[in-house]
Amino acid sequence: MSRMTCPSPLSTAPATLCVGSRMDVERIYREESGRILATLIRLLGSFDLAEEVMQEAFAAALEQWPKRGIPDNARAWLVSTAHHKAVDMLRRRSRFDSKRQELQKIAELEQQLSETESHDDMLRPDALSDDRLRLIFTCCHTALMLEAQVALTLRTLCGLSTEEIARAFLVPLATMAQRLVRAKQKIRDAHIPYQVPPASELTPRLDAVMLVVYLIFNEGYSASSGDAAIRRELCAEAIRLARLLCELLPAQNESRALLALMLLHDSRRSARVDENGEVVLLEEQDRSLWDREQIREGLELVESALRGGAESAYALQAAIAAIHAQATRAQETDWKQIVALYERLLRVQPSPIVELNHAAAVAMAAGPAAGLLLLDGLEGKPELRDYYLLPAARGDLLRRLQQWSEAALAYRRALGLASNDAVRSFLAKRLADMEARHGAT
Amino acid sequence: MQYLLLIYGNEESFGKMSKAEQGGVLQEYGDFTKSIAQSGHYRGGNELAAISTATTVRVRDKKRLVTDGPFAETKEQLGGYYLIEAKDLDDALAVAARIPSARWGSIEVRPIVPHDMP
Repeated sequence: MSRMTCPSPLSTAPATLCVGSRMDVERIYREESGRILATLIRLLGSFDLAEEVMQEAFAAALEQWPKRGIPDNARAWLVSTAHHKAVDMLRRRSRFDSKRQELQKIAELEQQLSETESHDDMLRPDALSDDRLRLIFTCCHTALMLEAQVALTLRTLCGLSTEEIARAFLVPLATMAQRLVRAKQKIRDAHIPYQVPPASELTPRLDAVMLVVYLIFNEGYSASSGDAAIRRELCAEAIRLARLLCELLPAQNESRALLALMLLHDSRRSARVDENGEVVLLEEQDRSLWDREQIREGLELVESALRGGAESAYALQAAIAAIHAQATRAQETDWKQIVALYERLLRVQPSPIVELNHAAAVAMAAGPAAGLLLLDGLEGKPELRDYYLLPAARGDLLRRLQQWSEAALAYRRALGLASNDAVRSFLAKRLADMEARHGAT
Repeated sequence: MQYLLLIYGNEESFGKMSKAEQGGVLQEYGDFTKSIAQSGHYRGGNELAAISTATTVRVRDKKRLVTDGPFAETKEQLGGYYLIEAKDLDDALAVAARIPSARWGSIEVRPIVPHDMP
């Protein structure tokens, strides 16, 4: 059940000519399937049944709409068609396997169905956004393994196919399918509720949701693996999810900060890799390629989040990204402020990787020697032993100090640890450069 | 929906507590049990004797094999359980989090599979 894709841009098609055409159905699928699925899961109490009958409802739409036109409320039509199909399907199955529970379920659904049709309370706009919020919290329930939360979110909320998710995470298709099946089984058998958590639980539960969204973004953004198209898609989906969170829970400053962080990082997408697929460092990026509109939105969001009291790691990282985004040239970067933000980040989220970034910022604010001193303190930390960025950062600072042979040594170590092709090619270039300069002196 | 809350903890660390501390824990358990009886969650529960009293029985080729143990290699042993009725997993988790041992041990929350009685 792969996601339908739209073959051509819809904006060019005059609406009157193709009412109910395949393209309209596909557009509605893209825009509405997440919402429809969320509502069906609530009505039917089953992820699998909801997915199955939603696909059938869209198949019915493909057949009927071109002849009769799109119904006034397409979403309601799809939900109620799927709902009917679910009742039919359960009835058919119960003939073979008539357990009391099954029959009870059918009676419940029929009752619901008549209620839904008499007064469509169940399809009120606010009831529908509640459904999506329920779905987010259920998919990101920490009673599920983190990888399963990520996969289920991409499958149900973003509508990615199992195959696409498997490809994005470099996992065999069967493994990914198994992961999704297990997660849905646990939701069903352990009765993980389909509800927005009460206010007392909201903060920790929202943290779990944000972690999933951020992991999806990072998988797309960090050049660790996978093909470029899928990775771009992951970033876009993470941004869409964060937008949805901001829309559904507007009072939450931290989710605004998370959206800002992702928009600001993603704004550099076109400048991060050159035409040969090689990594371009922040200070060497062509800043005219940065997405100004995304930066404008990101800056607005980070400001409002910080004003609202956001103080999470997302907010601080967003603030750091905002300072980079505001410097029209690398030389104009306010490194002192970045150092101060990294110091706050170290208090919120102490980690050797943050320390490494802090050291790099100090090197920019106070000179390479000051940065090297901090890097010395990080050597021997077990978490960084196999992390190429530590020797790469050392190499960079030694290069700035024109200590060519020591810089070459550091780049060689980094090259031995890096696995990504673009990164390796960058490090190899730097290494060759250091060796040439060393030879020349 | 019923759940079994399995309470795991380190028996030795309880043994090392002072009498007063042990009394405090027992008092807390008493209060907790009362509160989940009042809220309608409680269906049953017991403390288990130390794992050193455990005996394992197996039947192989129609022969009964009885052995001492198990001798848990792990740091935490099953020390007791509650059987509760809860609305859903979140409800069960909220109850489990209030078990005193959750603060030093861990609580495994397992849904009960319903079977019709014959």
